[in-house]
Amino acid sequence: MTTVTEKADSGERLAPGTPLLEVRDLHVEFVTRDGIAKAVNGVNYSVAAGETLAVLGESGSGKSVTAQTIMGILDMPPGRVTSGEILFRGQDMLKMSNEERRKIRGRKIAMIFQDALSSLNPVLSVGYQLGEMFRVHQGASRKEAKAKAIELMDRVRIPAAAQRVNDYPHQFSGGMRQRIMIAMALALEPDLIIADEPTTALDVTVQAQVMDLLAELQAEYNMGLILITHDLGVVADVADKIAVMYAGRIVETAPVHELYASPAHPYTKGLLRSIPRLDQKGQDLYAIKGLPPNLLKVPAGCAFNPRCDIATDLCRTEIPALHQVADKDGAELAGRRSACHLWKETLHG
Amino acid sequence: MGRYVIRRLLQMIPVFIGTTFLIFVMVHALGDPVNALFGDRAPDPAVAEKIREQYNLNDPLWLQYLKYMGKLFRWDFGTTFSGQSVTSLLATAFPTTLKLTAVAFTIEVIFGIGLGLLSGLRRGRVADNSVLILTLVVISIPTFVTGYVLQYLVGVKWGAAPATVGDQVTLDRLILPGVVLASVSLAYVARLTRTTVVENVRADYVRTAVAKGLPRRRVVVNHLLRNSLIPVVTFLGTDLGALMGGALVTERIFNIHGVGYYLYQGIVRQNSNTVVGFVTILVIIYLAANLLVDLLYAVLDPRIRYA
Ligand SMILES: Nc1ncnc2c1ncn2[C@@H]1O[C@H](COP(=O)(O)OP(=O)(O)O)[C@@H](O)[C@H]1O
Ligand code: SF4
Ligand SMILES: [Mg+2]
Repeated sequence: MTTVTEKADSGERLAPGTPLLEVRDLHVEFVTRDGIAKAVNGVNYSVAAGETLAVLGESGSGKSVTAQTIMGILDMPPGRVTSGEILFRGQDMLKMSNEERRKIRGRKIAMIFQDALSSLNPVLSVGYQLGEMFRVHQGASRKEAKAKAIELMDRVRIPAAAQRVNDYPHQFSGGMRQRIMIAMALALEPDLIIADEPTTALDVTVQAQVMDLLAELQAEYNMGLILITHDLGVVADVADKIAVMYAGRIVETAPVHELYASPAHPYTKGLLRSIPRLDQKGQDLYAIKGLPPNLLKVPAGCAFNPRCDIATDLCRTEIPALHQVADKDGAELAGRRSACHLWKETLHG
Repeated sequence: MGRYVIRRLLQMIPVFIGTTFLIFVMVHALGDPVNALFGDRAPDPAVAEKIREQYNLNDPLWLQYLKYMGKLFRWDFGTTFSGQSVTSLLATAFPTTLKLTAVAFTIEVIFGIGLGLLSGLRRGRVADNSVLILTLVVISIPTFVTGYVLQYLVGVKWGAAPATVGDQVTLDRLILPGVVLASVSLAYVARLTRTTVVENVRADYVRTAVAKGLPRRRVVVNHLLRNSLIPVVTFLGTDLGALMGGALVTERIFNIHGVGYYLYQGIVRQNSNTVVGFVTILVIIYLAANLLVDLLYAVLDPRIRYA
C-alpha cells in the first residue's frame, strides 16, 4: 500500500479526468461568543485533473471556509470540523498528521487569495517569497531559487522579471501582484489550485487578463482548479462545472452551460435573474428578496425557504437532500444535483 | 539613503550644541567649583585665582563654552581640578559601562523577544498570563529595589554570583547587574512583542506562508516574527539611551566604576570638565543610536522610504 505522501511525492502528471479531490458532507462551525455559527453544513463537491469547478454563492455562504478547510489553514479555534471527509487522490486528508498535510500544501494543492497585497509578506521581496517554495520543498540553493523565481515571473508575464525580482509587493500594481500570487501557487506544479475570488480585488480592466492567464496555465499544466467567486459573469467562460452554495450547503451542481440554461434550484434561478444583461438596459435589476440567513440560527428545513417564492410546508420542516436531477423522461442528467424539494417543478415547470 | 544620512547628521549639530550648552549652564548653576574644591576650608585667594585663570572661570559663560567646544574638536576634554585628563577618565569609564549595557541589552533582546513571542503565540493560555503578570510586576517595582533585592538574594544569601563588581569587570560578574539593568526594559519588550505578534498572527500573509506548506518554525521566524519585530526594534533603539541612564543607578548598587561612578564624583565636586565631557559622549552615543535605529528601520521595512 502506498501512502498519500509517497503518491504526492511522485512527480507524475495525472491523466485528464482523474479524480483529484472529493469533499463529502463537510461540516464546519465556529465557536463564537454569541453561539455556534454553522458556516459549512454539508458541502459535497469534487474536481478532477484538468477540470475547473466554480464555487458560486453570496458572500458569507461558506465558500472560503470550505477552501480553508481543504487547505488545512482554518483558524482552529474558533473553527472546528465536526464531520465529513476531504479525499485527496482517495485519501482522507482530515485523518492525516499535520506533517503529512503540510507536505501536500503548496506542493500538491496550492491556493490563491483574494487580496494579493495583504496576502504577500510586505517586508520580503517577491523573489524571496517565490524562491522560498523551491528552497523549502526542493532544497534549492538561494541562487537556484532566485533563478526559478525569475522564470516563474516570466511565466506569468511580469515584464522585466529579472530586474523586478528583488522588488517588494507594494512596488507592483494590483494585477501584477495577483500574477505573483498565481506564480507562487504554480511554483511546484501542484495537482490542484484553489483560487478564492482571485479577481475580486482588481480593476475591471485587469480582471479578465488575470482570469485568462489562470485558465491558460491551468490547461497547460492540466491542473484541477477550484474557482471561488460570487460573480456569475466570471465563470461562464472558464468553468466546466458549477457548485452553488447557500448558507454553508451546496444547493446545486451542474455542468456550466446546463446550469445557465436550465437551473434546477430556485436560488440559482434568482442568481441568474440578477445578472445585469445588455438587452434589459434601463430596467430595474432583479434581486432575490430578503437576506442570507444568520449562521447562528439557520432556518429549519430548507435554509432558503424564507426567501423562496415557491416554498411549501415541507420546505419549512425538512432539509432537502441533494437530489440527482433527471430530464422529463426520468433519465438522470450527469453531474446534475439539486437540494430542492421542488427541483422537478423548478427545472421543468 | 545617503542624502538622508547626511541630512540627519546635519540635524544632529544643533541638537548636540543645544544639549551640551544646557549641561554647561546647569553645571555652572551648581555654584562656584573652586569653593567646592576646597570643601570646608576657605581657599587661599591667590591659589583660587590661579585655578580660576587656568580653567577660564573668569570668562563669561558663553566664552567658556566656546573655548571648551574649541578644545573638544581637537578631542581635548580638558583636565579635572586634580590634574587628571578627562580623556583618560572617559577611557576607563565608558568601556565598563558599555560592557554592562551590552550585557543588559543582550538579555533584554533575547528574553524580551522570546517571552513576548511565546506569550503572543499562546494568547490567553497559562504561559501568556504568566508573562503578562510577571512583566507587570517587574515594571511596577523601581529598578533600585529589584537591584538591592537581587543583590542580597543571589549575591549574598545564595552566593550564586558576586554581589559587587569592583574593578574586575568580567562577564560573569556583569550578569547579575545586567539582569537588573535589563529587567524593566525586558518587560516592556516582552509586552510589545506580544502585542505585535498577536496582531500579526492572523494576518493574511501568515496564512499564505502556512498555505505554502512552510514548516511552522519558518512561518513563525521568517514571516511572523520578521514583521512583528519592526516596532520592537524602534523601541530597542530608543531604549538604548534609557539603558545607559539606568546603568548609572545599577553601577552604584553593584559598585561598578563606570560612567555613573565618575559622573557622580564630577557632580559632587562640581567638576565641570568631567561632567560636561561625560554627558557630551553620552549625547553622541544617544544620537548615533537613534540614527542607527532609523536606518535599521528602513532595512526591516522596505515600505519606509527616506526622502
Ligand atoms: N475565523 C472565523 N471566526 C468566526 N466566524 C468565521 C470565521 N471565518 C469565517 N467565519 C464565518 O463563516 C461564514 C462563512 O464565511 P466565508 O466562508 O468566508 O464566506 P464566503 O462564502 O463569503 O467566502 C461567515 O458568516 C463568517 O462570519
Ligand atoms: S426546498 Fe423549498 S424552499 Fe428550498 S429552494 Fe426548494 S422550493 Fe424553495
Ligand atoms: Mg470568501
